Amino acid sequence: MTKRYFSIIALAFGLIVGGTSAVMAEEGPEMPAAGTNVRDTASLQRGAKLFFNYCVGCHSLKYVRYSRIAEDLGLSEQDVMDNLNFTGAKFGETVVSHMPEDSAKEWFGKAPPDLSLEVRAKGQDWVFNYLNSFYLDPSRPVGWNNTIFANASMPNPLWELQGVQVAVKGKPDAQGESEVEKLELAQPGRLTLEQFKGATRDLTAFLEYAAEPAALQRQSMGVWVILFLAGFTFLAYMLKHEYWKDVH
Amino acid sequence: MANVFTRVGEWVNERAPNLAPTYRKHMTEYYAPKNFNLWYYFGSLALLVLVNQIVTGIFLTMNYKTSALEAFNSVEYIMRDVEWGWLIRYMHSTGASLFFIVVFLHMFRGLMYGSYKKPRELVWLLGMLIFLVLMAEAFMGYVLPWGNMSFWGAKVIISLFGTIPVIGSTLVEWIMGDFLPADATLNRFFALHVIALPIVLLLLVVLHLAALHEVGSNNPDGVEIKKGPKGNRWDDHKPADGIPFHPYYTVKDLVGVGFFLMIAAFIIFFAPTFGGWFLEHDNFIPANNLVTPTHIKPVWYFTPFYAILRMIPSMFGTAVWGVIAMFAAIVLLFLVPWIDRGQVRSIRYRGAGFKVLLFTFVVAFIALGAVGAGVIAEIMPSWEIFFGRVWTIVYFGFFLGLWAYTHFGWEKTKPVPERVTTHD
Repeated sequence: MTKRYFSIIALAFGLIVGGTSAVMAEEGPEMPAAGTNVRDTASLQRGAKLFFNYCVGCHSLKYVRYSRIAEDLGLSEQDVMDNLNFTGAKFGETVVSHMPEDSAKEWFGKAPPDLSLEVRAKGQDWVFNYLNSFYLDPSRPVGWNNTIFANASMPNPLWELQGVQVAVKGKPDAQGESEVEKLELAQPGRLTLEQFKGATRDLTAFLEYAAEPAALQRQSMGVWVILFLAGFTFLAYMLKHEYWKDVH
Repeated sequence: MANVFTRVGEWVNERAPNLAPTYRKHMTEYYAPKNFNLWYYFGSLALLVLVNQIVTGIFLTMNYKTSALEAFNSVEYIMRDVEWGWLIRYMHSTGASLFFIVVFLHMFRGLMYGSYKKPRELVWLLGMLIFLVLMAEAFMGYVLPWGNMSFWGAKVIISLFGTIPVIGSTLVEWIMGDFLPADATLNRFFALHVIALPIVLLLLVVLHLAALHEVGSNNPDGVEIKKGPKGNRWDDHKPADGIPFHPYYTVKDLVGVGFFLMIAAFIIFFAPTFGGWFLEHDNFIPANNLVTPTHIKPVWYFTPFYAILRMIPSMFGTAVWGVIAMFAAIVLLFLVPWIDRGQVRSIRYRGAGFKVLLFTFVVAFIALGAVGAGVIAEIMPSWEIFFGRVWTIVYFGFFLGLWAYTHFGWEKTKPVPERVTTHD
């Protein structure tokens, strides 16, 4: 009897493990996977560099401290203060953009959102694809549009790297509106297509880390916790087996 | 040293002579049937999760700020700056979902083996009250992080009371203490979540166990061991098929605890949001009364009841029918001991009709859960209403079918054995 139950429990465990990946895959509309690896420190470092060169002008990470970035990304205080901290903040302070909110509203229509939790709210695939989907659209106030987030008020901050994409539109429908079928590179940037995907993957990975710094700790710790519990369960089973010899 | 313990024991015993007998009555001399199977782990696991929620909850309140302005930030502070804060919070949030999984399985066990039948109706009723309080507790806890889904979920659920004729809108304002879920709402929900409801919950759990120990546990055969032969290796007058709860079931439950903690640890350490099911994506955006989430839906454990609410159309100019149906879906569960007139307890010896009814009820519960979570709207939008209404009818059909099946004597049961059958 006992053996049967153990196999049932093992099965249930397997279903949960399998189910997790299934539900995770189900989330949101179909889009290419970001393919980020939050445990790849070099990738996070490259992503941090991109963030502090291209994003922090407008976007804050108000829950992330410079000191924590140094600690988690294997950087020294010197590295962070010289190469990443352009806001003049102290080492222990959080990443707050200097853009005045009022002017930002005037320039973009709304203040650029804080990005601390962007990946947790939207998912890393969304962020990655968003960064890759800007195209030139003269009808928009800032001159840019995005296929992932239509009519976003954000211009493409990485156009120098990516180059300039334009939309290829399909046939107009009854209302004279036409859907964007695909994006084409009209003017190449400093990076090739593959290099740019790699760069945005790094940036997404950094934002994924920023959204949940604990992810770095919990995964490495989790293995040991589960191993400990497996040992505990084995001992508990032996104890049960010993006691239950009495029961007939 | 041993001498000191003996003397302390004697000292206590002189002053509280009932303490040791009470312990024996509920532990070493509580004779439980020896044939408990897998389904009997979930009661002790529910108790384990309750303790987990209380302990992690205490540590969360040490850093959480009860204020609409600070709540969201304080949760992120816990996640990032508090030592082990992320672990405490994930244990609490994962615990909430696991609590419902364990309680649903525990309730299903009761339905399957007829544990609600005479003389255990009171055990079932107290258990249902625990379930009801647990739902209120979970709902209010979900509001506390003050994310956007907290806000809109609270708004939608509280608005349900607004469908009550005449007093509805006043009642909604009274519950919220404002015209929208706001600081006042958050503060009172905090008070209810951390002190009022936990006290009620603990009291009900004590009563649930007291009521159980009064009548004794049921078992997978549905055999009343107290009515069987007497005498076992521990006591000549106790049921022959009973074994002392401690140590036999405490060590057995410990194995269940080990397995359960492994599953819990896997979720906590590797998938704490569980793909957006345990912690929803929209709740990582601060509460904003100007931005409505694309799909407002409750957390997964409320979705079957939420689906029933949504599937009932408004009639005669009021939407109160859906609310009535949703509450009826829970009230009917309270009444199961009187709806089911069958004399045989366990599914092992009941008629095929009962098995079919219980199976369709489980399918309906899961299907309605999928409707409430918006899964059906995503995969077959044009069929959602039809699909949801059919399973709503099946859900209520279970209770009607169970009553008719047993009331009119249609059930053909098998002979119930004199003694319990298989055991470990």
